[in-house]
Amino acid sequence: MSEALYPITVEVNGIARAATVPARLSLVDWLRDALRLTGTHVGCEHGVCGACSILLDGEAVRACLMYAVQADGHRVTTVEGLTAADGSLSVLQDSFCEKHGLQCGYCTPGLLIAAQALLEANPQPSEAQVREAIGGNLCRCTGYQQVVEAVQLAAERLAGSRR
Amino acid sequence: MKAPPFEYARAASVDEACALLRAHGDDAKLLAGGQSLVPMMAMRLLRPAWLVDINEIAALKSVAVEKDGVRTGACARQVTLERDAALGARVPLLHQALAWVGHVQTRNRGTVGGSLAHADPCAELPLVAQVLEARLQLRADKGARSLSAGEFFLGPMTTALAPEECLEAVHWPAWPEPRVGSAFTEIATRHGDFAMVSAAAQIALDDEGRCLRAALGLGGVGMTPLAFPALTARLVGQRPSETDFAELARAAAAQCEPGDDLHASAAYRRHLAQVLAARVLRSAKQQAERLQ
Repeated sequence: MSEALYPITVEVNGIARAATVPARLSLVDWLRDALRLTGTHVGCEHGVCGACSILLDGEAVRACLMYAVQADGHRVTTVEGLTAADGSLSVLQDSFCEKHGLQCGYCTPGLLIAAQALLEANPQPSEAQVREAIGGNLCRCTGYQQVVEAVQLAAERLAGSRR
Repeated sequence: MKAPPFEYARAASVDEACALLRAHGDDAKLLAGGQSLVPMMAMRLLRPAWLVDINEIAALKSVAVEKDGVRTGACARQVTLERDAALGARVPLLHQALAWVGHVQTRNRGTVGGSLAHADPCAELPLVAQVLEARLQLRADKGARSLSAGEFFLGPMTTALAPEECLEAVHWPAWPEPRVGSAFTEIATRHGDFAMVSAAAQIALDDEGRCLRAALGLGGVGMTPLAFPALTARLVGQRPSETDFAELARAAAAQCEPGDDLHASAAYRRHLAQVLAARVLRSAKQQAERLQ
């Protein structure tokens, strides 16, 4: 039995991408395998680790808990969409480097997405708010302290650049 | 960890969702936020032949703050409720519980109705529904019916929903008394993980501090979230003391039937049930006392 295919059009990092997908294809597998946007990582595949976090219509969600067919007509931002057009790192990404907010890098795309969503909604978060925002992302290297510092540094730098 | 094959239909209206459910019966599942269903399919615990996606039905996303409570569409996202200050003021217990539901990413996608229809006995929203005696509105092709939370939850991951029925909306009652306090707490390995035990309480006091009405519920210690109306009725007319709360908590914990697993023994869960029951009763009363 061949599986039915469903046509979808999804705006991914500002570009409309059309495809036909089987219903069971997860959004993260479509982004990685079909669009080759491998910045979004696959960790647990059942919604626990947060490595696959993306922005769906501006809100952070787990891309392993959605089927690609459900994203039809919606807007997706992956970690690749956080960089400037010339590929240079965003302030948030650079702050992760500066504060050693990553080691092995597996969780980093998910943490960047969670932090990006936080800073867009709340440009001056408290430490508790940062911890709440990244509470759904597992990291086995950093112990989270440097991640929190990186997000706070990014908030300071972004506030400075707005002044 | 990939879902088995299935066919997908995006319903544009509740009528269409109901028609699809009638056509496919037991072979179809409704897909709301997917925060429980999708992992279960990835683990192949479920193999529906059809998924009927109700995420694009605008009518299921409404949130209305009404005089006697809050009415939420079944597909309203948890984050929508969390951000609604008027909802938090009208039904504070619902707002308090939402802070314990999963993580930011899962609340952004997870829905009220999905959580209730999934009916995990340790989940937060089913517990609040049970404590507040929320009313659930069910729709099918052949008609609509309304059930209380107590009638809706039948067992672990088991509800009164028939295969062809769609949960359409939930009414979360607000208590009309002027001094109402509420509290929610739980113990989990990490914040946002599944609770070992959760507890919720709501208490209404009169001007002299006498109890007009009280409700207590415990999650994770039975087949469904549990409420204890016979026990809390004993508080009515009293100025409840620490001793009253301790006795009530002991009696409630004695009625629980917690399970044993890797994370916590039955004895530990029963202990938590007693401690957390007393804690939420005390907090709810203190909150009510601060209101004039």
